[in-house]
Amino acid sequence: MISSFKKALESGKFVVTSEVAPPKGTNMEKMPHHIELLKDKVDAMNVTDHQSSVMRFPSLGGALLVKEMGGEPILQMTCRDRNRLALQADLLFAASRGINNVLCLTGDSVILGDHKEAKGVFDLDSSQLLAAIRRLEKGKDLGGNDLDGSVSFCAGAIVTPEADPIEPQLIKFEKKIEAGAEFIQTQAVYDLDNFKQFMEYAKQFPVKILAGIILLTSAPMARFMNKNVAGVNVPQELIDEMASAPKGRALDKGIEIAGRMIKRIRDEEMCDGVHVMAIGREEVVPDILSAAALI
Amino acid sequence: MIRSITRQKSEEEIDHLLDGLGRVFIIGCGTCTTLTRTGGEPEVRAMKERLSGQGRLVTGDMVLPVACDNLTGEALEEYGQQIDQADVLLIMTCAFGVQTIARQLEKMVVPALDTLFIGKENGIGQFDEICTQCGTCVLGETVGICQVTSCNKGLVNGHCGVTNNGKCEIDSEKDCAWTLIYNRLKDLGRLDSMRTLQKPRNHQGEPSPGKFILSA
Repeated sequence: MISSFKKALESGKFVVTSEVAPPKGTNMEKMPHHIELLKDKVDAMNVTDHQSSVMRFPSLGGALLVKEMGGEPILQMTCRDRNRLALQADLLFAASRGINNVLCLTGDSVILGDHKEAKGVFDLDSSQLLAAIRRLEKGKDLGGNDLDGSVSFCAGAIVTPEADPIEPQLIKFEKKIEAGAEFIQTQAVYDLDNFKQFMEYAKQFPVKILAGIILLTSAPMARFMNKNVAGVNVPQELIDEMASAPKGRALDKGIEIAGRMIKRIRDEEMCDGVHVMAIGREEVVPDILSAAALI
Repeated sequence: MIRSITRQKSEEEIDHLLDGLGRVFIIGCGTCTTLTRTGGEPEVRAMKERLSGQGRLVTGDMVLPVACDNLTGEALEEYGQQIDQADVLLIMTCAFGVQTIARQLEKMVVPALDTLFIGKENGIGQFDEICTQCGTCVLGETVGICQVTSCNKGLVNGHCGVTNNGKCEIDSEKDCAWTLIYNRLKDLGRLDSMRTLQKPRNHQGEPSPGKFILSA
């Protein structure tokens, strides 16, 4: 079955994805609200998998909820918490429930999260998980055994266009495509001239690229990311622009900047779409899309 | 030379392990734990003072030349009486030494140290993990830098994406293994070896517990 997200990618339209985060617990108030808000405005929504190694409601359960509510989920799967048996089993389950888009991630170190003494698994890495998906589609598991029933996925991965040095990142990017990535959602990009350079290189590969847009919520938040998030580089002029916002209006400024960036990416046809991450402020994603003149 | 790298357990944990055991014999090691200052003469002496200060009776102490050596049994015999008087042996060697001693004596043993890794001294007072003895050596892919040991995630297909100025995401004191590998391969003009999509590793090269029998 071809997912609607895959159809969108192949249609040549400007694709928009966003993300929803499952709750810490079973309180299902916020997440369905975000799904309801976004499901008709984006082509698909990622469901994060214990983001930053913090234990939460599972991405598989979240993706199922998106599906049940009529949205199009992209199941994020990291290799941190499951070995190859568990990963394959979850892929089979996902396929059986119509969850056919998967974003393959290696995952953050366990030690960065809220269960610091847990065992990090990393039996597979992101490119091996992609290869495992392609193998399952051929009717075989990683043990070489035949599968009863078929699966089909639209599988993707991530890249960090601002990585320094960039060459090892590009080598990994090419390996992910070789392993079977059909789409790439990038780490946040802010310097669009840099991103254009990356796209000059990336365009030669048979893969759809969605530029990562992280909503800036304040100048200190931008500085924090520069300092603490590897591969994210918010230029000084954007930080200054955030700082120039009147008191209490920083979020509006962030929405304006994100919208402006998306519009430029689209107008200049830099890549195939955007992946909007509003980390904790999912309710303003429609405002960002509106600022970008997408809705 | 490979070294067993250890760190002393917290006083709280040692006290907990010694709970109800009033008479203690302390054993250190003249090799690795002397080098790491976790179980040499000065550390054994300090432990003795601390335990005596708690009102425990330290029946004796010794520093074995090489605790993991087969001759350890004979060395222990010299202290037979003091060992007999003790309720427990508090052992300031690596886990290998603890197990060697435990095999020699019918005695309660308590380790005073945690064994962190097998490594080498790469500078004065700096010890780095070298090999996790995984049983399926992959050093041929990376010109001799072990990605299984030196990468926090043991990744075999390159950077995890969060390299921070050549350091690991978990600790800015720790080098990113894949940055080291990349630099080495680049210098040698062998970056192509990084482009090979590596298959999932065999984690059962030697299923735990390892055993090796020399064929006749």
